[in-house]
Amino acid sequence: MALSQAEGRVQPGAEISADSGLAAEQQAARERAQIVQRRWLIANMAIRVVSLVVVLGAWEYIGRQINPVLFTYPTAVAKAAGQMIASGELWKYLSQSLIALGAGLGIAAILGIALGLIMARYWVIDIALDTYITALYSIPTVALVPVLVLWIGFDTSAKIVVVFLFTFFPIVINTYQGVKNVDNRLIEVGRAFRCSERQLWTNIVLPAAVPFIVAGLRLAIGRGLIGMVLADLYTAITGIGYLISRYASIYRTDAMFVPVVTLGVLGITLTGLLRFIERRVAPWMHQPDKE
Amino acid sequence: MTGWSWCFNLIDRGNLPWYGSRRLGCGLAEAQIHSLLMAASGSKIVVEHASKLFLEGTVVAFRNVELSVRSNEVLCIVGPSGCGKTTLLRCIGGLLAPSSGQILIDGAAVHSPRGGVAIVFQHFGLLPWKTVADNVAFGLKMAGTPRQQVAERVDHYIGLVGLRGFEQHYPYQLSGGMQQRVGLARALAIEPAILLMDEPFASVDAQTREVLQEELLQLHERERKTMVFITHSIDEAIVLGDRVAVMTTRPGRVKEILPIDFARPRDPAEVRAHPRYADIRNYIWKELRPTVVV
Repeated sequence: MALSQAEGRVQPGAEISADSGLAAEQQAARERAQIVQRRWLIANMAIRVVSLVVVLGAWEYIGRQINPVLFTYPTAVAKAAGQMIASGELWKYLSQSLIALGAGLGIAAILGIALGLIMARYWVIDIALDTYITALYSIPTVALVPVLVLWIGFDTSAKIVVVFLFTFFPIVINTYQGVKNVDNRLIEVGRAFRCSERQLWTNIVLPAAVPFIVAGLRLAIGRGLIGMVLADLYTAITGIGYLISRYASIYRTDAMFVPVVTLGVLGITLTGLLRFIERRVAPWMHQPDKE
Repeated sequence: MTGWSWCFNLIDRGNLPWYGSRRLGCGLAEAQIHSLLMAASGSKIVVEHASKLFLEGTVVAFRNVELSVRSNEVLCIVGPSGCGKTTLLRCIGGLLAPSSGQILIDGAAVHSPRGGVAIVFQHFGLLPWKTVADNVAFGLKMAGTPRQQVAERVDHYIGLVGLRGFEQHYPYQLSGGMQQRVGLARALAIEPAILLMDEPFASVDAQTREVLQEELLQLHERERKTMVFITHSIDEAIVLGDRVAVMTTRPGRVKEILPIDFARPRDPAEVRAHPRYADIRNYIWKELRPTVVV
């Protein structure tokens, strides 16, 4: 048969013909594409830098006009950050919080994905649990914190539970939706090729649900950071929450902003990490434009 | 015995313009004898009095369809949208159960997808998370084929459909025509006796489509399979089919079955240039025209 050139595509690798003119053109096209890509990256970076300079500059300008007890400015925050990092203070409290975040988010991810899959698979469990999931998701988790403290106490395990409650439900709901949204046509393909139930799940349902699960995890990271700080403030006052409340109470606004900025950086880092993992696990989700 | 009714159908087909012509090489009597022989020797696929209703019976996909497909023939089913031809194919594939009547493959009723039957989908149905090679290997792996054999077959069929060099590409990196080649290779890789094709070339552009038709004809010469080919293109049905079943709408039914006796191996260009091609085409169009709902 071998009519693959019928569509005007040149096979990669060995089969490229001896037509040197074509090869040169391809090389040129590739270079052009690379230049476009590089230009886009540079523009992207430039916009970010300009935006950062403008925002920080404005903040610096306005911040300096205001009483340092009420507000602060970037260079002051940077100085305070330098001191807190050098003394090891920031890391000491941040690590306490990160343990709660990591454990809570980890447990929520494992149990959440598992429960989401089970609910999507077994309709009896779906109907039985659906009401509670929706209700618990709707209740502001903050409202439960006092009672959790009564039950579990003030220490790290209470914090882990708080983070868990903040992150569990979006993961469950997204996983469930992911399975329910699998393209029926692909399920039919699986049936046509006589998949067993297990094969259907591993080859079709789970990969198809990955984008939803990842979106759920992304939501969970944001909510987990909130839960982490809340847990620090509402249970034993430790970690990042402690830093914030202590420096606020002694009117060191510049030092108070250090953990706040750290939280923002943490959010960006975790989301970036998730995106990186996603790209490794699910390369098909990032479909680059065809040239 | 099943599937007789279309034989009788053939008999009162004296009105067909091309049957009388000597140049055609196949008179009515000959066709009749041939079909009677085939029916007696048993058919590969038999659709017996089958109907399919949807939505609590308010939508009738097709009704009282009688059809039989002989071993190694290409039966094209042509009809306008909404005549139930795709539903019929899905019933033959065991993906759907008919509401009444039954479908037999090798004499056994079809209740679920069977081994030895492969489907090529209009929407390609490739798994976006698998590479070309893994997509082609899909059916084999599901059947638990030994790894060595999977590798050999995948290699062979990727070569056959002209996709060598693209093994590690993902479907989204391929054009529509190439994606359908993957779909075809995946179906062929399980080496099925029956190939069910559901408007496989409907989503690719016109030129690609003609190339794929040519390739399918060449393929059929190499590996004779029993093929049911669904299409809404009269041209495609005539070029590819040994027989063409004409389906009409409301309710979907097989109006008649025409033998297409252009010699194989066929060259699509020669078929289209043949004077009888236009006759058949016009005849089918006249059958279909009143039932096309715009």
